[in-house]
Amino acid sequence: MRIRVKLFATLSSHLDGVAPGIPFEMELPDGATLDNLVDQLKLPSNEVKIAFVKGQARAMDWPLQPGDEVGFFPPLGGG
Amino acid sequence: MWILRLNMADRTYRLDEVPEAYRLLGGRGLSSTMILDEVPPLCHPLGPNNKLVFAPGIVTGTPAPSAARVSVGGKSPLTGGIKEANAGSSWAPTLANLGIKALVVEGQPKEKGKYWMAYLSWDASASKPKVEFLPADEYVSLSFYDAFPKLYKRFGERVDIAGCGVAAEYGYANSGIAFNDMFKRPSRYAGRGGLGAVLASKGLKFIVLGKTGGPGVPILDKALFEQGRAKLADALRTHPITSPKGALNTYGTAVLINLLNEAGGLPTRNFSNGRFEGAPKIAGEAIFEINKQRLGKELYNHACSPGCIIECSNTFFNKDGSEHTSCVEYESDWAFGANCGIDNLDDIAEMVQLCNAYGLDTIEAGGTLAVAMEAGVIQFGDSKGAINLIDEMGKGTPLGRILGGGAAFTGKAFGVVRVPAVKGQVMPAYEPRAVKGIGITFATSTMGADHTAGYTICPEILSVGGKADPLSTEGKAALSRGFQATTAFLDSTGHCLFIAFAVLDIPSGFEGLMEECNGMLGTNWKPEDAAKVGGEILKKERAFNEAAGLTKADDRVPEFMKYEPLPPHNQVFDIPDEVLDAVYGEL
Ligand code: SF4
Repeated sequence: MRIRVKLFATLSSHLDGVAPGIPFEMELPDGATLDNLVDQLKLPSNEVKIAFVKGQARAMDWPLQPGDEVGFFPPLGGG
Repeated sequence: MWILRLNMADRTYRLDEVPEAYRLLGGRGLSSTMILDEVPPLCHPLGPNNKLVFAPGIVTGTPAPSAARVSVGGKSPLTGGIKEANAGSSWAPTLANLGIKALVVEGQPKEKGKYWMAYLSWDASASKPKVEFLPADEYVSLSFYDAFPKLYKRFGERVDIAGCGVAAEYGYANSGIAFNDMFKRPSRYAGRGGLGAVLASKGLKFIVLGKTGGPGVPILDKALFEQGRAKLADALRTHPITSPKGALNTYGTAVLINLLNEAGGLPTRNFSNGRFEGAPKIAGEAIFEINKQRLGKELYNHACSPGCIIECSNTFFNKDGSEHTSCVEYESDWAFGANCGIDNLDDIAEMVQLCNAYGLDTIEAGGTLAVAMEAGVIQFGDSKGAINLIDEMGKGTPLGRILGGGAAFTGKAFGVVRVPAVKGQVMPAYEPRAVKGIGITFATSTMGADHTAGYTICPEILSVGGKADPLSTEGKAALSRGFQATTAFLDSTGHCLFIAFAVLDIPSGFEGLMEECNGMLGTNWKPEDAAKVGGEILKKERAFNEAAGLTKADDRVPEFMKYEPLPPHNQVFDIPDEVLDAVYGEL
């Protein structure tokens, strides 16, 4: 299945040519979870703190659907 | 330590011993208690009976980390209720080290339109602080960026400065009190609620503190204090949010732009959408990248005040590598950016700089511009028009005076229904329909809509201190109550609120915080006492508000949020009134 991914803040620096917050498309096996996606992207899993699927925060075992848009964030704060 | 009173009716001062009843108080706990004790709740905020209380926190002036905060209290011209606005500045530890637990500005000069400044210094021969009142008329109607260098020239480099700007001289309900940062910029603000105008109404432009001399801040049990300090500093250095080169140090608070946008909770075009298509262009990541391009190197953030180990304050640079402004905080970035439909960081930085020059609160200013855009004064996205409107405020034109009254006042002047304010204070950068807990804080806080009053964003968005679904209403009243009470305590310690990110996740950090306070005061507080101590402060603030005429009807979000579903989640604010009433009802 094809999905769209956005990496934010320090996470984007782990992938060449990826700018923070700019979506890119990728292919995943059907039934893949957020955890599988992190592995496929070779992101350090301890740096992924918050994962959004279509604007809702989800746990890492969340199963993805074709066409989903995923956003990954490292730990962050502000205010 | 002393309570120092400046009487502006006759420019005299008095040093009083700290009464026993105030011994365990500091920061917000002290400023709010003194306002309740001394200010008639029905007084006019700009009249002779209002007062301003400047209180450094319990540990301010000690080596405690990230603890250089001063709380400023008074009756707010914006909300009509009690106001506590606090700022991080070297001004705060300097005041504490002069032996002053609270500085009260009271009375009002008979002379209209005349201004003075108070110069506080240590009188070594008398072993106490002394105050000189000097004419300040030559600083009237000056930009802060012109006034501050003149003051440093006059008093020397070793002073700290607090003061009010032209917005305050006009009596705007949107006017803050500015304090110097570490680089002598007039950029640290007790911004919200119009306290600048209260200072101006007293005829006091500046409070200048000499940094030389003073007895310092007494610590009762140095070993216990030191043990606590070390534990807290460890927690701050370890937690990924607060650690060096962590998110705050790298991207500043504006790192939240993309996160809230992703969560559908970034108020856009005057709270008509939860997503802004231009978010990546104004986010903290973009600020970091643009600075890197313009400076040819990576730039990490700096401390706003001495002793901060988080260092979240950014600087934004022009194309030619010269400094444009400091800081572009999340709230300011959002207020002039997403909320006005503007995605140009240079123009956003210019608006921040102008607000700092005139003495305006950036949140109220951006919220007001968005309401003016809604009214059709200018179009959403018109950044040059927005800059002009801020200049109108600075010049005091008739339109500028309407805008200077804040978002709610502007909404009335132009017949706008969608005015996102509570108790007259415009909402900060979190959409209540997409993040329900923070909506409860906005509605019920004693301060009007204020995110810092009970930052439920921690569990609802950041996954700090637990996890809560932002769209769910479940358990949110208790969550907001807990955060509001704990915050009132934190605001009393003198620590920056951002230590919460670390202490909510690292129990030894929280213990350290309480041990620091116990070392200062001889108390025996445990982490679970923080909310109790804070709750007592909230009760006092609430008592003031009730006596000032605020009722349950003032603890509500604006009606449009109950019938206009907000994209992308298409939710309304569905917290029942009884639940809102229970926040303080069950305190
Ligand atoms: S964390 Fe930021 S706002 Fe807080 S004291 Fe440090 S620099 Fe100032």
